[in-house]
Amino acid sequence: MCVALPGKVTELIDDKYASVDFNGNIVKAATGLVEVKPGDRVLVHAGCIIQTVSQDEADELEDLFKELDAF
Amino acid sequence: MIEQYMEYLKQYDGPSITLMEVCGSHTAAIAKSGIRSVLSPKIKLVSGPGCPVCVSPSGYVDQLIHLALEEGVTITTFGDLLRIPGSRMTLNESKGLGAKVEMVYSPMDVIRLAKENPQVRYVFGAVGFETTIPVYTVLLDAIREEKLTNLQLLTALKCMPPVIDWLCEGGAKLDGFIAPGHVSVITGSSYYIPLAQKYRIPFGITGFNPKELVAGIYGIVRMCEKKEELLSAGKVLVKNFYTSVVTEQGNTRALEKMETYFEPGPAVWRGMGNIPGSGLYLKPEFSLYDAGSRGLDDDQKINKACRCDQVLMGKIASKECPLFGKVCTPLSPQGACMVSSEGSCYQNYLNRDN
Repeated sequence: MCVALPGKVTELIDDKYASVDFNGNIVKAATGLVEVKPGDRVLVHAGCIIQTVSQDEADELEDLFKELDAF
Repeated sequence: MIEQYMEYLKQYDGPSITLMEVCGSHTAAIAKSGIRSVLSPKIKLVSGPGCPVCVSPSGYVDQLIHLALEEGVTITTFGDLLRIPGSRMTLNESKGLGAKVEMVYSPMDVIRLAKENPQVRYVFGAVGFETTIPVYTVLLDAIREEKLTNLQLLTALKCMPPVIDWLCEGGAKLDGFIAPGHVSVITGSSYYIPLAQKYRIPFGITGFNPKELVAGIYGIVRMCEKKEELLSAGKVLVKNFYTSVVTEQGNTRALEKMETYFEPGPAVWRGMGNIPGSGLYLKPEFSLYDAGSRGLDDDQKINKACRCDQVLMGKIASKECPLFGKVCTPLSPQGACMVSSEGSCYQNYLNRDN
């Protein structure tokens, strides 16, 4: 039920919807919860963009684990 | 790095650790990944009440069926909800009596239906946790802007902290929580700090692909091991291992919209009873958009031997239920956990060879 999938915004359709590319499959998604622009990587749940995706997770995780190891 | 974390989890030989995932999507992702089979026997993963469809009580389904049988009313909702048992039948089965029910992929799809068919009164079966609730606020915005008078919501909306509190208060024997990843996208990681402090129990916000699961479980195991040291140093036992989409404060616009439309109230969780403050309901000023969501508390089993309630609380594994895999299968579900594709019994049945 809480499944959300990452995609990429290809264009803004109007002030309420954007086109999002999921591996070539273009889907219309509502933009009411997040401000987005073409090129943004986003997370979509139930036809609605719920967050933009940042890319540097791996580095942040390493820092987190280093912090835990320090104890 | 992931190989290193995996190796650590395989070889772990410290005190036994039981972690609960409280998100149905985690239940499905963990079962699919086969990760349980490679963890040390000292690390146990149990499923909690994290599928909103599974925990909606029979009274809610009965009301959807009641409305769908009314002249001029059509129920629209997500596919999983069509198969969940009410006290006498499912929404799907009610179609045989003439109930009008349509499945949609997004609540936004109903706007088009409501505009195209102004003579039909549409009611959206709006179930969900914090991930989905903001989507309903976008739908409500659209209903108001478009001045649609033929579209309402029948809600069964629930929040995570009160049920986690209820589980801990009830003495669930857990050492840590795999905190729900997509709920946390909305709420932020700080959402769990009060619970982590109250029960001195670690929470790790975790993603869904196998690598993210390994990293998250590794992080939570490490937090369990270092718990006393972390507490002595004044650290909170909440860590975010899903940093690509989860921040400390969450999606503040979504949280503001939730606060605009909804207010907390008591809610019945299937098989678990009424948990104060665990539900969200449309505020009185928005009652125009509410198809009668309060007080749908009836909670009945279709098979008295079903032990879904204990599965949902992490007290027993699916295979310990006498019905599991015998009379209760995805083709003939006897309880809610076997209905939804994110139910723990459904996933354990599907991946029973792992």
